[in-house]
Amino acid sequence: MTDLLYSEEEEALRSAVRDLLTDRLDPAGVIARTESDAPHDVALWKTLTGDMGLAGLLIPEELDGQGATHREAAVVLEELGRAVAPVPYLTSAVVATEALLACGADDLLARLASATTVAALAVGLHTAPGADFPAVRLENGLLSGELTGIADAVAADLLLVPADDGGLYAVDASAVTVTPQVSFDLTRPLATVTLAGAPAGVRLGDAGPAVRRALRAGAGLLASEQLGLAEWALTETVRYLKERKQFNRSVGGFQALKHRLAQLWLEVVNLRAAARAAADALANGEDADLATAVAQAYAAGVAVRAAEEALQLHAGLGMTWEHPVHLCLKRAKADSIAYGTAGAHRAAVAELVDLRAP
Amino acid sequence: MTDTAELQRRTAQLLADHPPATTGRLDFLKARFDAGLAWVHYPEGLGGLGAPRSLQAVVDAELEAAGAPDNDPRRIGIGLGMAAPTILKYGTDEQKQRFLRPLWTGEEVWCQLFSEPGAGSDLAALGTRAVREDGGDWIVNGQKVWTSSAHVARWAILIARTDPDVPKHAGITYFLCDMTDPGVEVRPLRQITGEAEFNEVFLTGVRIPDTRRLGEVGAGWRVALTTLNNERVAIGGMRLPREGGMIGPVARTWRERPELRTHDLHQRLLKLWVEAEVARLTGERLRQQLASGQPGPEGAGMKLAFARLNQEISGLEVELRGEEGLLYDDWTMRRPELVDFTGRDAGYRYLRSKGNSIEGGTSEVLLNIVAERVLGLPSEPRTDKDVAWKDLAR
Repeated sequence: MTDLLYSEEEEALRSAVRDLLTDRLDPAGVIARTESDAPHDVALWKTLTGDMGLAGLLIPEELDGQGATHREAAVVLEELGRAVAPVPYLTSAVVATEALLACGADDLLARLASATTVAALAVGLHTAPGADFPAVRLENGLLSGELTGIADAVAADLLLVPADDGGLYAVDASAVTVTPQVSFDLTRPLATVTLAGAPAGVRLGDAGPAVRRALRAGAGLLASEQLGLAEWALTETVRYLKERKQFNRSVGGFQALKHRLAQLWLEVVNLRAAARAAADALANGEDADLATAVAQAYAAGVAVRAAEEALQLHAGLGMTWEHPVHLCLKRAKADSIAYGTAGAHRAAVAELVDLRAP
Repeated sequence: MTDTAELQRRTAQLLADHPPATTGRLDFLKARFDAGLAWVHYPEGLGGLGAPRSLQAVVDAELEAAGAPDNDPRRIGIGLGMAAPTILKYGTDEQKQRFLRPLWTGEEVWCQLFSEPGAGSDLAALGTRAVREDGGDWIVNGQKVWTSSAHVARWAILIARTDPDVPKHAGITYFLCDMTDPGVEVRPLRQITGEAEFNEVFLTGVRIPDTRRLGEVGAGWRVALTTLNNERVAIGGMRLPREGGMIGPVARTWRERPELRTHDLHQRLLKLWVEAEVARLTGERLRQQLASGQPGPEGAGMKLAFARLNQEISGLEVELRGEEGLLYDDWTMRRPELVDFTGRDAGYRYLRSKGNSIEGGTSEVLLNIVAERVLGLPSEPRTDKDVAWKDLAR
């Protein structure tokens, strides 16, 4: 049966990650970093992956990983989402890792687990599980072509590149040109990856199933990131509205606002159940396609609305660059496209539960 | 310590002593109650064993597998969900002994005389009066409304005003009212569905002995809160399979009637299907929290979600049916014993679901409760708090 609760170990993991993020990540610092040439917080990433071993959660222990499951990774993503942390966790420790697991690329997995390597799957962030994706040309052992919208590629040492022979290839970042794009979400930047005759090296395996599995895990666990975002937005807004006085009253005492926040709370509660169901299904491999599609069909709407409500209810303050609500809104809106829109996931649901289009 | 093995042993003993195949339904239920297997978390002697509530599932599963009769919990939902926990908490020993067994076996059906025409969401403003006659019986006069099951009920939980000179919450007392007493008149209240599932209840000079009072004089509001909190738990704690609620009929219609499908309806159906599945998961998560002894505040929100979903989904189905949606199965006034949200046809479901955001606390009141008790937002300014009930605007 689906286990929708958090275990004691999972709660302990949450506390550890939250404590670290509280100590090391302040919103002003994140905002300043987004305006620099190095949007990712490399020092934080090193602590998360090196000291805490979180990059290897999904990797078996015999490959130096933690041998944990998607349930634990989901808890990490809730906390990273809450902090809008600029680290390539979802892209490297989940999506790229899943692609490598599908290919049985043990040596590369060991490098990811030990955090000496950050990897990125060279498929556009918007791609839904099961959707078509571009591939580069393979000729005489060399890869050529341009791939756009690759999340966290600027932080990656290793790119997993689909080629037109149907294979997935590991390409060293030094062999390609990574050009940052101006991204809507400043904390998960996109880039163009240009391959001009890069050596293909070893063919890891078939790109189709590897990419599908990677994107499904990305979509399923993205719901936990969205849950963290939405929770942060709700909590901060409630806190602010209790403090803020207007018309000689605490603004949070006005019924119109109370009902909006109560409604939002209800949606966050629902999102928690959906996100836990997806993480549990991915961990057990049962019903994972449907659980992921349900979670993603629901999550984006809640996360975006939570961020939009937070902005509106913080009013003038919410519209400023200093207040971190914009980081949350930009991440939530970008997440609504990442690994497939809600509409794409609803279409998947229609197929999976036999509710066909006309 | 009563554990799973012990309960399985006791259940097997019950089945051996009273084989369901050869034991009358009511006899079996009485024996089950007396064996402490009715509600295992209740005290010994009152149908329980003082065991953890989560172990009830062990007993239920064994008995279901053995084909034992159940006590038709839907028919006696008000007794089980609301009257029983309140009697258990506030009743005298005599009251517990007298009422809990026939309540649980279904021999006596209960109804709830709370709402009044002038006191719905503002329940504590109720005006039904109970006046004590020389330190003896109470004489009750007033009118109640929206009373499910009153036409089949033997007993009622009743709140009435016993002191109009104090603020509204302080002057209420809680009673157990005999529905067969002179002065109790039940009239069907016909609803927008055409059915009379509810009743109006007129109380004219009804005599209630003081031994049928539950809790202290003037403490009725506190007693009623126990009933109301249990009502919400009862509504939020149900377990459903996928497509087990209102989405089930519309999904079936969609699959069986391809000629009705349009692209617009498809998008709306998928959105609601996903929301219904997510609400189901939330309910399941709440159930798991309760079972593991870490209750969360999710219950407060479940009813809100189901009300909205039931209304949107049933509305969609009427539209989906097109020409048929212009028709209705039957407007004849019926008097059902059971509340059935998903029964009959799409038009009925649409109309009945309108009650889901009203009954058991309106959605507006529940949103206030979530905002104040869960999120800790300031409460509404109260102008009636220190005013005697008799001086309130009505």
